[in-house]
Amino acid sequence: MLKVNNIDVFYGNIHALKDISLEVIEGEIVTLIGANGAGKSTLLKTLSGLLKPKHGNILYFTQQIAGKPAQTIVKSGISHVPEGRRVFSNMSVEENLELGAYLRNDRDGIKKDMDYVYELFPILDERRKQLSGTLSGGEQQMLAMGRALMAKPKLLLMDEPSMGLAPLVVKKIFEIIKAVNSQGTTVLLVEQNANMALSIADRAYVLETGKIVLSGTAKELQESEQVKAAYLGGL
Amino acid sequence: MEWLQQLVNGISLGSIYALIALGYTMVYGIIKLINFAHGDVFMLGAFIGFYAIARWDIGFIPALIISMLLCAIIGVIIERVAYKRLRNATRIAALITAIGVSLLIEYTVIFFRGASPEAYPEVMANKSISIFGASISSQSIMILAVTIVLMILLQFIVHKTKIGKAMRAVSHDADAARLMGINVDNTISATFAIGSALAGAAGVIFGIYYTRIDPLMGVLPGLKAFVAAVLGGIGSIPGAMVGGLVLGVVETIVSAIGYSLWRDAAAFVILILILILKPSGIFGKNAREKV
Repeated sequence: MLKVNNIDVFYGNIHALKDISLEVIEGEIVTLIGANGAGKSTLLKTLSGLLKPKHGNILYFTQQIAGKPAQTIVKSGISHVPEGRRVFSNMSVEENLELGAYLRNDRDGIKKDMDYVYELFPILDERRKQLSGTLSGGEQQMLAMGRALMAKPKLLLMDEPSMGLAPLVVKKIFEIIKAVNSQGTTVLLVEQNANMALSIADRAYVLETGKIVLSGTAKELQESEQVKAAYLGGL
Repeated sequence: MEWLQQLVNGISLGSIYALIALGYTMVYGIIKLINFAHGDVFMLGAFIGFYAIARWDIGFIPALIISMLLCAIIGVIIERVAYKRLRNATRIAALITAIGVSLLIEYTVIFFRGASPEAYPEVMANKSISIFGASISSQSIMILAVTIVLMILLQFIVHKTKIGKAMRAVSHDADAARLMGINVDNTISATFAIGSALAGAAGVIFGIYYTRIDPLMGVLPGLKAFVAAVLGGIGSIPGAMVGGLVLGVVETIVSAIGYSLWRDAAAFVILILILILKPSGIFGKNAREKV
């Protein structure tokens, strides 16, 4: 459903992504692992329209989306859960979810999806009127996911959902990612927690200083000596 | 009941400051720019209202609406032409541009119609009613009524409508707002439109209340409204309302106790005090946030 062909992205003078190509097939969980500063978040930002590639193209189904404004991309079915959650902390949980459905006008559908999000994350239901800035980190991550799901995405981009969270909460979040995926949403997951990511993914790419250095099924990468040494804590 | 009378005068003046301050604070909230041309939009609003009432002979309410609409358009044009391309420039560049726009508007008006003041036509009989021994003019009541209606309308727009939610989202985190599919450029334009419309309304009621308008009339009320916005906490909508009212009442009290020459200084003394004692203002948020 998504095909990235040879894109180059620059941050000012810094060549952040070099000739990246990758593919996501409908229904998959694909993960992108790599160290800090490898360019993982840059890639997601380029896919969701926050950054524009200098060269190369991004094909989403039959549509060319490289360099398109973010709202066009959201509308076509790609939602991005940004690194650090970025919830609107000055607004309530419910208002955050409403903003997730900003481009939709089907009242009944929005209502239904909000119920679905509350079912997925019962804690958000309890806190619907609470300001989202007062939620715990894990709850904010759930809200950020719920907010992205409110756009009814076909492809969900997730940037470091485990960041700064307790292991039990991380486990919960990953279970939900799997659940969302089994409902038919394709997931592209960026993670530093390679163990966790590879355990739920179908396929994976390894990014190092702006280049893809390795790719394969999640199982292959879990067993690869190179990945073990660099990302899975050795031995 | 002298003090009640003064309080009403102060609130009338403060309402005008509050209406202007709202535009400052909303624009600052969304693009972190102190729009120093805002006081001149207020002046343009006063003149549009003046021509509408005196030359085209239409009533107060239609004149108010026309002035608000035209000011909204002017505000959007200013944003699109002057500020939009500076969105990623340094803040000082945008600030200097704002001062440039301010001077451009003032002297363009002077170029076309001269610098002489204009006497605002009387749109309502200046009757007074007496409440608890204080005589309150019908104009004060009109100012209060217009201000209250506009503020309720603003609260409704900001909290209940889609564009209002988009405005709050963009002012909180523009990139996250983009990821929701919000068109940030249009949202910023809408903010300028609403802020400028409020300044236009303030211009018309200022003209009716003080009866004298001129092309440089926006300078001092603009600066004072800026003080009001800082006093309330820049970026905060309730802050701008409260800051405006407090400033109006303080100025009136300073005049009433016999220091009318110090009236204008009072605003700037307040600015200095607030910057020393509580720079974030009455309703200002601390920059701290949970991560």
